[in-house]
Amino acid sequence: MTLQGWTLILLFTALTIALAKPMGMWLFALYEGRDTPLHRVLGPVERGFYRLAGIDPAAEQPWRRYALHMLVFQVALALFTYAILRLQAVLPMNPRGLAGFTSDGAMNTAISFTTNTNWQWYSGEVALSNFSQMVGLVIHNFLSAATGIAIAFAMFRGFARRQAGTIGNFWADCTRVTLYLLLPVCVVYTLFLIASGVPQTLAASVDTTTLEGMKQAIALGPVASQEAIKMLGTNGGGFFNANSAHPFENPTALTNLVQMLSIFALGAGLAWCFGKAVGNTRQGWAILAAMMVLFLAGAGITYWQEAAGNPVLHQLGVADGNMEGKDVRFGIAASALFSVITTAASCGAVNAMHDSFTALGGMIPLFNMQLGEIVVGGVGAGIYGFLLFALLAVFIAGLMVGRTPEYVGKKIEAKEVKLAVLAIAVLPLCILGFTALSAVLPQGLAGPLNKGPHGFTEILYAFSSGTGNNGSAFAGLTAGTPFYNGLLSVAMWIGRFFMIVPVLAIAGSLAAKKYTPATAGSFPTTRPLWIGLLVAIILVVGGLTFLPSLALGPIADHLAMVSGQIF
Amino acid sequence: MTDDLASSLRPALVLTALFAILLGLVYPLALTGIGQALFPYAANGSLIRDGNQMIGSDLIGQSFTAPGYFHGRPSAAGKGYDAMASSGSNLGPTSKVLAERVKADVAALAPPAGTPVPPDLVTTSASGLDPHISPEAAFFQIQRVAQARKLDDAAVRRLVTGHVEQPLLGFLGEPRINVLALNRALDNMAGKGAHSAP
Repeated sequence: MTLQGWTLILLFTALTIALAKPMGMWLFALYEGRDTPLHRVLGPVERGFYRLAGIDPAAEQPWRRYALHMLVFQVALALFTYAILRLQAVLPMNPRGLAGFTSDGAMNTAISFTTNTNWQWYSGEVALSNFSQMVGLVIHNFLSAATGIAIAFAMFRGFARRQAGTIGNFWADCTRVTLYLLLPVCVVYTLFLIASGVPQTLAASVDTTTLEGMKQAIALGPVASQEAIKMLGTNGGGFFNANSAHPFENPTALTNLVQMLSIFALGAGLAWCFGKAVGNTRQGWAILAAMMVLFLAGAGITYWQEAAGNPVLHQLGVADGNMEGKDVRFGIAASALFSVITTAASCGAVNAMHDSFTALGGMIPLFNMQLGEIVVGGVGAGIYGFLLFALLAVFIAGLMVGRTPEYVGKKIEAKEVKLAVLAIAVLPLCILGFTALSAVLPQGLAGPLNKGPHGFTEILYAFSSGTGNNGSAFAGLTAGTPFYNGLLSVAMWIGRFFMIVPVLAIAGSLAAKKYTPATAGSFPTTRPLWIGLLVAIILVVGGLTFLPSLALGPIADHLAMVSGQIF
Repeated sequence: MTDDLASSLRPALVLTALFAILLGLVYPLALTGIGQALFPYAANGSLIRDGNQMIGSDLIGQSFTAPGYFHGRPSAAGKGYDAMASSGSNLGPTSKVLAERVKADVAALAPPAGTPVPPDLVTTSASGLDPHISPEAAFFQIQRVAQARKLDDAAVRRLVTGHVEQPLLGFLGEPRINVLALNRALDNMAGKGAHSAP
């Protein structure tokens, strides 16, 4: 580890915290439905969309209608992309004549992008035309992010409203976030990326002749416009197979820093926005503080392990830290940091190959996903996931003193806690259930590239990534088979919507309650004690659930690595 | 419930179509136009020409095997530096395949006894297209390159030192050398074709 490396990690943390309030204020204006300066330009577009789609943006929806309309929209979007991928061969902008996807492959990718996962069983530059990338995938990168933020807004309204029957209008939330936040930021972001070296062209590839006289074809495309929303929307699906490690997606150390910041920007802003929505920004800062504690612990461990390197290679006379699967311009610190950020949020973009990390260095990204990606988290999904743990934490604090818990002015009763546990239970059911299945069936065992405990970790990582809607991979796993495409599709769908529907039910239930003012007996949820309790609850729930599986995978792998045993 | 479902169909279908046009076509195409107008070099892949010949991209690594060129890192992209198939090796820390590959690469480099090998010289990059090596990895190769080109070690060392890019603001990124740029400078200094000398 170097001073330079820690400077980067601490500067990144400081910049994230500095972004929370400005992004939060922007989000809060959209949460309240207020006009922003951008309304003068884009207002006619918004109103035109509503008119053509028959939407009354002022029509408030009870939670059931909000949830149903959200689900119908997701199904429509998934079917749209499924059709594009199946029909790729006959659609325009396909100079290389690429074939359409198989049915299981198209289903997997359509669900993957609809659920903000962006798990990719294929290689972008090998399998997708520019049309499929632009029209088939980019639309999800915007709308899955907007949907996540809409759900977060609905949950905030549950806490903020008193004796109300409704939690907002899904169509208006989704459209406003897309038009007034995601799209304008991405326009500026795209131009920055192009200026830094990210291609933006309709050409599919160019042929060159190297200095040694070899032919080298280089894949190109409209990369920058996709890259911007891929990061900002915590989608993570790369234009190229190597994702943000590819020099065309992430050419410099500066683009790398901006990419890392854009993963956390909206998640940090939503934490602040929550505090503002419930009338006390310190509630939001307390949540962000708990997130940062967990984040820094993870970043420290991964950086330490990667900088320490692989004893197996040291034995062979190779110096220093672990550079397998890392690019020189990022080096060890920025690669380790990126891996922790991308899994703390549900982004899943990678600038280094997690599969080639040291055993414990790679365990932190895995554990981050298993915790539910609530450390800042995906846009929207991070904060509503975190609030589930907050409900659990006040419930446990209430049990300790024997009184009905309350949180930000709302009594938390059996109904909310049951729904929260239901949502949280989705993680172990899908991750451990599907991993166990794959570890015994021949179709599952055909997947891993690596042998020994590391092969098991590849399977565990895939289902943690799918269920958590992350999308990063221990990419040695051959996942483009009907078996994995099918199971991961189920995991991604359940991991997204079996979480969202209980969250909206909680929002509806809370909105209907009356305001309960804090008293001397209320547990203060803005103090360090609360932050400590939150961190402890998250680690205990995650630890108890997943430690056995981690012992079989990365921990066993670590013990082998330090004793020099190879498989 | 049925009413809710019916009332959701028109917004769902119409918004899917409208957003597909706005986000899938207008947004990327407009930015392609603006990007091509403002930053034509970068927007087209930072391609390098040598006369009429397109010799590669400033950002994309290429394969070097001749003793008179500095070599980049081992690559897992296709058969090596295949820019239509970017990829890492995805070999884990306890992989026998990885250990055997590194062992063979170390043996080929034949480091003087007691000299550790710079890690980037025997590990594959994440992209398989890494255009850079560390300064240590370049210094490690000076003797071979100078010998193959019948150049003075010190002259080659000066060239290498001049090509080291330092981290932005002192901490963003790592010290690095663009292998293609270094090898072109070498050709300019010693004349092309000299690399094929034994």
